[in-house]
Amino acid sequence: MNRILTAFLVITWLGTAHAVELLNVSYDPTRELWRQLNERFIAAYAKSPGGQLTIKQSHGGSSAQARAVIDGLEADVVTLALEPDTDAIRKAGLIADGWQKQLPNGSVPYTSTIVFVVRKGNPKGIKDWPDLVKPGTQVITPSPKTSGNGKLSFLAAWGSVVSRGGSEADALEYVTKLYKQVPVLDSGARGSTTTFAQRKLGDVHLTWENEARLEVQEAGGELEIVNPPTSILATPPVAVVDANAKRHGTEAAAKAYLEYLYTDDGQEIIAKNFYRPVKPEVLARHKADFPDVKLFPVTTVAKDWNDAFAKFFGEGKVFDSIYKP
Amino acid sequence: MSTPDHTNSRSDPRWVRITLVTAALGVVGVLIVIPLVDVFVEAFGRGFGAYWRTLTADEDTLAAIRLTMTVAPIAVVTNLIFGIAAAWAISRFRFPGRTLLTALIDLPFSVSPVVAGLIFVLIFGLQGYLGPWLRAHDWRIIFATPGLVLATTFVTFPFVARELIPVMEAIGADEEIAAVSLGASGWQLFRRVTLPNIKWGLVYGLILCNARAMGEFGAVYVVSGHITGRTDTMPLRVEKLFQEYNTPGAFAVASLLASLALVTLAVKTALEWKTRRDLAEAARLRSEGEEP
Repeated sequence: MNRILTAFLVITWLGTAHAVELLNVSYDPTRELWRQLNERFIAAYAKSPGGQLTIKQSHGGSSAQARAVIDGLEADVVTLALEPDTDAIRKAGLIADGWQKQLPNGSVPYTSTIVFVVRKGNPKGIKDWPDLVKPGTQVITPSPKTSGNGKLSFLAAWGSVVSRGGSEADALEYVTKLYKQVPVLDSGARGSTTTFAQRKLGDVHLTWENEARLEVQEAGGELEIVNPPTSILATPPVAVVDANAKRHGTEAAAKAYLEYLYTDDGQEIIAKNFYRPVKPEVLARHKADFPDVKLFPVTTVAKDWNDAFAKFFGEGKVFDSIYKP
Repeated sequence: MSTPDHTNSRSDPRWVRITLVTAALGVVGVLIVIPLVDVFVEAFGRGFGAYWRTLTADEDTLAAIRLTMTVAPIAVVTNLIFGIAAAWAISRFRFPGRTLLTALIDLPFSVSPVVAGLIFVLIFGLQGYLGPWLRAHDWRIIFATPGLVLATTFVTFPFVARELIPVMEAIGADEEIAAVSLGASGWQLFRRVTLPNIKWGLVYGLILCNARAMGEFGAVYVVSGHITGRTDTMPLRVEKLFQEYNTPGAFAVASLLASLALVTLAVKTALEWKTRRDLAEAARLRSEGEEP
């Protein structure tokens, strides 16, 4: 028994100790994206002086993942859904100031948005944001407290009112009604997808554009996408977790890894996984994949991402005041 | 002028019995039998070959199985030692705080596993009490195997002790006192007298402890950090595979855990029968001995 135990321990230790390894802590629906990106990047990196590399992934609700990194999950890079999640790690002293300027385009390698997924044939006739609050319509979306998808759904809903001339009071009334029609708030995007697609709860699922495409693809004709006329522009940023990378001696590899996202190759994989690439020529090649949703920036609903977080999702702020489970 | 229904007034009316039995069987069927069968149907639906490939072709699934096979035995052995020590202390000595200790042993049963996990994050996390010191000395506790072991050990702590305390109290200390008076050393006493008496209760506790250790989800979910192929135990792997649209994979791993449950159930039933007989035997011998 003891010998077996020792053998196991030795194996686990051997498995963990050697080879350059990166840990990428990401948000929930990016699993398929990073699987493909990692495969290609590892192959490309093997040919560089950096050599052999392994990349480990961790996925979960964006804010929950940021919390884990702050609590000591040793991420070399974070690729979270929203800027304030990454910035919270900076505030904990693990990422250097000015991380937004370390990589092109404000460290945002792709954008995305929130769209609707409905059941086959769109039985509830959902076309636009106001349709979501019709009586008897059940809405599935994750918790704005833990999830990037959840926060973006909320901000998109709010913005759908104010970007079309509604007042803040109108927006408050709208989201209050909306969240009364949400039967369950999962902690991350993928959990909500499971709730909607596999447990078959609800009439409409508010989710990432990329997640919606994957969800519909997996459902084999049972689900379809509805692109609302307007939605929020999501800008998921990436960053090296400096303190961890330094300790691990993986700074060069981590930097090369994130820079790879901006190459033609990286952008192509990003586009193929239904994230909107930031390189204009790659986006042009995939024009047909990304329908014309009028995307409003976060500044429509708040000063910036941090302000939006504080104003809507802070303890006792707007979301807490409207959502009573 | 008596019908069987009337004469037997100690029994409930027939309709009550039928309703209750149907309800009980229905609930067990819907909540336990159907899901259990479903797990195996889903897992083996595409043949044993496909099942085996699903399990063995995925490096991350194999890593999860290896991790569970590392974490669970360590937790079980730890609880074996602490369980015997605690049961011995409680059943053999009278000391201040004894009742409190008995109550505290049960604490992991009443605390939500998520809270148990959070406790460890608060203690060993980078923002916690010991986190910065651990980081400075390059020790990894949470988001690594030691954290998983700690969380698992915590939630499975009561099983061994809870099983042993009643057994040891029922058996009493007479034989041990006799052994000591005949010059047995501590170790001899334990190995030759106590252990044979408690062995079935001990095995029973270990089986339950192991089943829970392998199946634990909530506490390890919090301390795992969800690093694929590194800190995912089998239950966490099931969730991940399911969420990644890999339903066959999820059910294949789930079927392993379900098989473990079935084996546990069989062993548990056999042991329950055995311990009940041993306890009755011990009680009978004692009452015979007390008679003048």
